[in-house]
Amino acid sequence: MARHFVRSEVLAARPAPRRPFDPIGWLSTNLFSSPLNIAATVLSVALIAKLLPPALDWAIFDAVWVGSSREACVGPGVGACWAFVWAKIGQFIHGHYPVGERWRVDLFFVLFAAGLIPMAIPRVPFKRLNAVYLILALPLVSLLLLYGGVFGLRVVPTSQWGGLLVTIIVAAVGIATSIPLGILLALGRRSKMPVIRMLSIAFIEFWRGIPLITVLFMSSVMLPLFLPPGVDFDKLLRALIGIALYASAYMAEAVRGGLQSLPRGQYEAAGSLGLGYWPTMRKVILPQALRVSIPGIVNTAIALLKDTSLVIVIGLFDLLGIIQSNFADSNWASPATPATGYIFAALVYWVMAFAVSRYSLFLERRLDVGRRH
Amino acid sequence: MRHLLIALAAFVPLAGIASAEAATLDDVMARGTVSCGVHTGLLGYAAPDNAGRWAGFDVDYCRALAAAIFNDADAVTFSPLSASERFTALQGTSVDLLARITTWTMSRDTTLGLNFAAVNYFDGQGFLVRRADGFTSAADLNGGSICVQTGTTTELNVTDFFAANNMTFNPVVFERIDEATAAYESGRCDAYTSDASGLYGTRLTLASPGDHMVLSDVISKEPLSLAVRQGDDQWFDIVKWLHNALLNAEELGVTSENVDEMLNSENVNIRRLLGTEGTFGESIGLSNAWAYQAIKLVGNYGEIFDRNLGAGSPIGIARGLNALWTNGGLQYALPIR
Repeated sequence: MARHFVRSEVLAARPAPRRPFDPIGWLSTNLFSSPLNIAATVLSVALIAKLLPPALDWAIFDAVWVGSSREACVGPGVGACWAFVWAKIGQFIHGHYPVGERWRVDLFFVLFAAGLIPMAIPRVPFKRLNAVYLILALPLVSLLLLYGGVFGLRVVPTSQWGGLLVTIIVAAVGIATSIPLGILLALGRRSKMPVIRMLSIAFIEFWRGIPLITVLFMSSVMLPLFLPPGVDFDKLLRALIGIALYASAYMAEAVRGGLQSLPRGQYEAAGSLGLGYWPTMRKVILPQALRVSIPGIVNTAIALLKDTSLVIVIGLFDLLGIIQSNFADSNWASPATPATGYIFAALVYWVMAFAVSRYSLFLERRLDVGRRH
Repeated sequence: MRHLLIALAAFVPLAGIASAEAATLDDVMARGTVSCGVHTGLLGYAAPDNAGRWAGFDVDYCRALAAAIFNDADAVTFSPLSASERFTALQGTSVDLLARITTWTMSRDTTLGLNFAAVNYFDGQGFLVRRADGFTSAADLNGGSICVQTGTTTELNVTDFFAANNMTFNPVVFERIDEATAAYESGRCDAYTSDASGLYGTRLTLASPGDHMVLSDVISKEPLSLAVRQGDDQWFDIVKWLHNALLNAEELGVTSENVDEMLNSENVNIRRLLGTEGTFGESIGLSNAWAYQAIKLVGNYGEIFDRNLGAGSPIGIARGLNALWTNGGLQYALPIR
């Protein structure tokens, strides 16, 4: 007869004990537990009471929702001029892309979403095929679709691209190229080969040491002076290269943080199994290091998404740029127009950044990043 | 290394000659569009309209040039340029015409490898005041307080102006334009000073534009001009005479509405302008209907001004210095003959 020192069967789960909801108790523990807490509560409520009604009045109740020109948004007590955003929304999305060709941009958004959304949902199968589509097929198809010149599509030079299209292209290309580049640089920086290590360090420190705005200025103002006349690099391409190199330096440091968190034992264990450098990295080190690096990588990605608005200094119109340039439309110039435009831009950026941030949290939970070694 | 340097040394002057001799008109013809450098967004001068089409005073010069060459006002590739990259864009052949509120100064004209073809807008520093205050000229501002953006030539100009006229004023300086205008609107200053064209734009963004006015006094010179690359006289002539053709059209009463009737005009000046007499278009490498096309598709100088800046636009700038010389302004049409 076997003796059990521990329970051999799992007890049936019981529901949590019900606690009667006690509003006064909840308030006294959460809001009024100490003098400091009471002061903070009173102050917060007073602030909300002071700021929220005017903000709501401005943004919703006194706002102008329909109208065809500035006349609608001028006058005493008029709030936000949403009519301006509504009249210009096509430009905010497509930039100066010719109106008759805007379907090509819309189709690009659909193709992009069709690649990204299934990739992001773990349950959806065919991940390998999906990755090939995202990394190889989509950029090529998008380029042909957006630039044109084939299959009877009109050529639309990149100078006419703009709005959300440019924001998404710059951010997506920047993030997609900087992650692999960053991984290589991070490995290079920890390499035992001095030349590779020195080159990686030099690269990372150079790009981290200069502001992005300088990179963009250099690419658009200085570079043409060095090129022979008649040779003209595409401005969008120059910005893409500059931003990708800049972001890869930051990605490299985020990944290096992950690499350093791994104990030496992992390398030694891989070595004792007879794995070479690349198999060690691919099968043992990187899967663990990248998982730890997710918060850093996402941080850099979100920063990059917002930094795309700097491309306006070189005359590219991303979302913020096209909104700003529309402030100069004399048909819509009014006291409320700039504020409304900026708030709209902030909303769009916030939605995108928040989505990325929530997805990374989901990914962290799924990969169990918080697990202790 | 030495070979490389010799190769470079041989290459650089050649490149210079190549660009100097390049016929811009041939390039434009081959490309099918005029590449035009404009502002990234300035009230009345260059901004996208509701349909996303570029519109504005400077933009219309690009369109008029395209109309004169291609008989198509839309054959323009617009390159929106920031202030810092506008000159390199012109030097680097990525734009053919710079129509971007560029002040014609000697240093720019002589050192930047460009030529100014014409002054299309005479701007200058002015004052924005409240109508209710009853100011009628800059002299009335003696002893008053004036909002101004610091670190600009505007601040120097206003100081010089008051000193030269033995008047005093109380400067209220701000780092940014929007801070200065907000202070003016809240009543901290009697006047706000900046370039006059900008003041009209600022007025539109005030809560009740009708309560404010721009004084007619102008205290500085800002000749905003059209610039082309140095070293291509034919292209320089085309832009210079396009501006003069638009001025002549206004002077002779030729508008986009009546230009077809004017083709039958007996007036020899109109016949020369519209190409029914003489070969003036051919002498600059275009068709003789060059000015007809520009006027028909874009309009004469007065129409362009009114539509974008003047009475026909919400901005409502008075013609002032930009009236024709026959009306007391500075826009003097060189004769086409």
